[in-house]
Amino acid sequence: MTSRPGSLAAGTAGDEQGGWGADQISVQYRGQLALDRITLHAASGQVSAVVGGDGAGKTTLLRCLAGALAPGSGRVRRPAARQVGYLPASSGTYPDLTVQENLDFRAAAYGVPAARARERSGDLLERAGLASARDRLAGQLSGGMRQKLGVIAALIAGPRLLVLDEPTTGVDPVSRSGLWWLIARAAAGGCAVVLSTTYLDEAERAAAVLALDAGRELAAGTPEQIVAAMPGVLRGIAGQPAGEDRQRAWRRGGSWRIWDPPGSAGGDGTAITPDLQDAVTIAAIARELQAAGGAR
Amino acid sequence: MWAMIVKEFRQLRRDRRTLAMMIAMPVLLLVVLGYAATFDVSSIAVAVAGPRAGVAAAALPRPFDVVAADAAQGRAWAQDQLRDGRAVVAVVTGGARPVVLIDGTQLFAARAALTALASRAGRPGAPASGATPAAPVVVVLYNPQLKTSDIMIPGLAGVVLVFIGTIITSLGVVRERQSGTLEQLAVMPLRPRDVFLGKIVPYFVVAAADLVIVLVVGVAIFRVPFRGSLPVFGLGALLFLFVTLGIGVLISSISQNQGQAIQLAVMTLLPQVLLSGLIFPLSSIAAGVRWIAYLLPLTYFNEISRGVMLRAEPIGALWQPFVFLTVLGAVIVTLASLRFRRYLAPARARSAA
Repeated sequence: MTSRPGSLAAGTAGDEQGGWGADQISVQYRGQLALDRITLHAASGQVSAVVGGDGAGKTTLLRCLAGALAPGSGRVRRPAARQVGYLPASSGTYPDLTVQENLDFRAAAYGVPAARARERSGDLLERAGLASARDRLAGQLSGGMRQKLGVIAALIAGPRLLVLDEPTTGVDPVSRSGLWWLIARAAAGGCAVVLSTTYLDEAERAAAVLALDAGRELAAGTPEQIVAAMPGVLRGIAGQPAGEDRQRAWRRGGSWRIWDPPGSAGGDGTAITPDLQDAVTIAAIARELQAAGGAR
Repeated sequence: MWAMIVKEFRQLRRDRRTLAMMIAMPVLLLVVLGYAATFDVSSIAVAVAGPRAGVAAAALPRPFDVVAADAAQGRAWAQDQLRDGRAVVAVVTGGARPVVLIDGTQLFAARAALTALASRAGRPGAPASGATPAAPVVVVLYNPQLKTSDIMIPGLAGVVLVFIGTIITSLGVVRERQSGTLEQLAVMPLRPRDVFLGKIVPYFVVAAADLVIVLVVGVAIFRVPFRGSLPVFGLGALLFLFVTLGIGVLISSISQNQGQAIQLAVMTLLPQVLLSGLIFPLSSIAAGVRWIAYLLPLTYFNEISRGVMLRAEPIGALWQPFVFLTVLGAVIVTLASLRFRRYLAPARARSAA
């Protein structure tokens, strides 16, 4: 099973642009296109976020980056397996091993010397607030604690590329900030971090964002770039509009918003400065309208 | 309640293996067991030696079936025929009274032979045309009391190895898939061979320890003799263990969860227990079903363990089971490691281009 063009190109001189990533990768599952020519640049020292709803292709992209899945076409640039830390969608830890045993196994598999592994796991557990759970079985941890353990395990070997599949999903706000602290610290240490999330407020903290929808790129760039690239006007309105306007309106918190594509008439309500969440929602609406227009 | 019944049938329909097991297994079991489950012995292999071998061979009635007759040979040759499993009964002529040697490790055949001999002796005017006039001296070798435990325990050692090797190993490997750690293993900087060996070595060690315990208990408590060579037995056990561990890995690599792995493992265990000669003598199993026995590793391990433990059979006489176990082991371990490699390798999605 040798490497061939359009498959895993592990350990290549991928860092020439100061990072790793995927170039124009496509993946097909049982005839369904799960990823359509997606490009993601994961710069060292930065957090890149992949956002999108369920079935958008986030997990598929991350699996390709981590080396668990070979794309059908395109190229993945990643360091050698020893330098990739990966948190799969299922925390990837053994429920019937204790927290410490899980970390010991991971460190040994990645060839981390025992003394360094102990020191590093002690430090990471301490900082993640898991030190007291060291001897508990991973299967008995709460969802948030287990996610933290998964992230620590991915960090234990000091990776150059850290791939985290929804590290904060199902995690309480306090644990979430703890996890973000760990992730930011890894990036500050020079690691390229790629994480997926369904929370757009979280993605706003990332240096680069890739929004996916049904396997295709919806928007990409820094959060500011994505917001700035938003076409048309965003308005706040009193209630749900009627008729065709319904397709362009959505509820956010206690109020309704509507998007006017460039060149449309506009209407009542107050203009709102969009944030990343608005921009991504608008990009999705624009694509839907375009698809509907094309079908007509 | 109706909703529950519909839901249950829907789930059952999705779980093809359980469905197949529910429908096919009873039929299969009935057919196989109908042909296999018999303790009746219709034919007893006999070797005849001594100057009057030809006459004796001609005079032996059913169920005796003369497989070898050599007038130039004596008791030592006759005994070797039994030791090496070529015959169950040996008749040595030439003495004042003929000597009948019976292999006590072939429990049912030995009993049938004893019954047949007794009925002949009891018949008035038994000596017909030139048959031996004097009543023979009957000697039961290897298992004189015809104890069941003597023949069961060497076979049970094999069952224990199947249990650990196949069932426990298949559970251990499939656990990775179920706990979602398989994907993690696939991206780790470990060679598939390391993962494969790392996965089976612990079970290998435990199974080997179990085997020692079974043997010690068998010899110490059940007084089963161990007459043969320990290294020969050990080699046979090693080969057999490789086969069973390979089957375990193979099963787990095609199972989605532990339930399926158990189902498949039981499906491989059941025929081995029933058809390997452990319970029903191989020679009694109908020929149409008997070929299955020769595909089962336990059949060969049984031959080796009984031969070595009870009859002190040398490795030369056991070459057949050794060769078959080696071939089975090579095929199964190769298949298992190939499957395992695929199971670990990054999944390949078809090109979208």
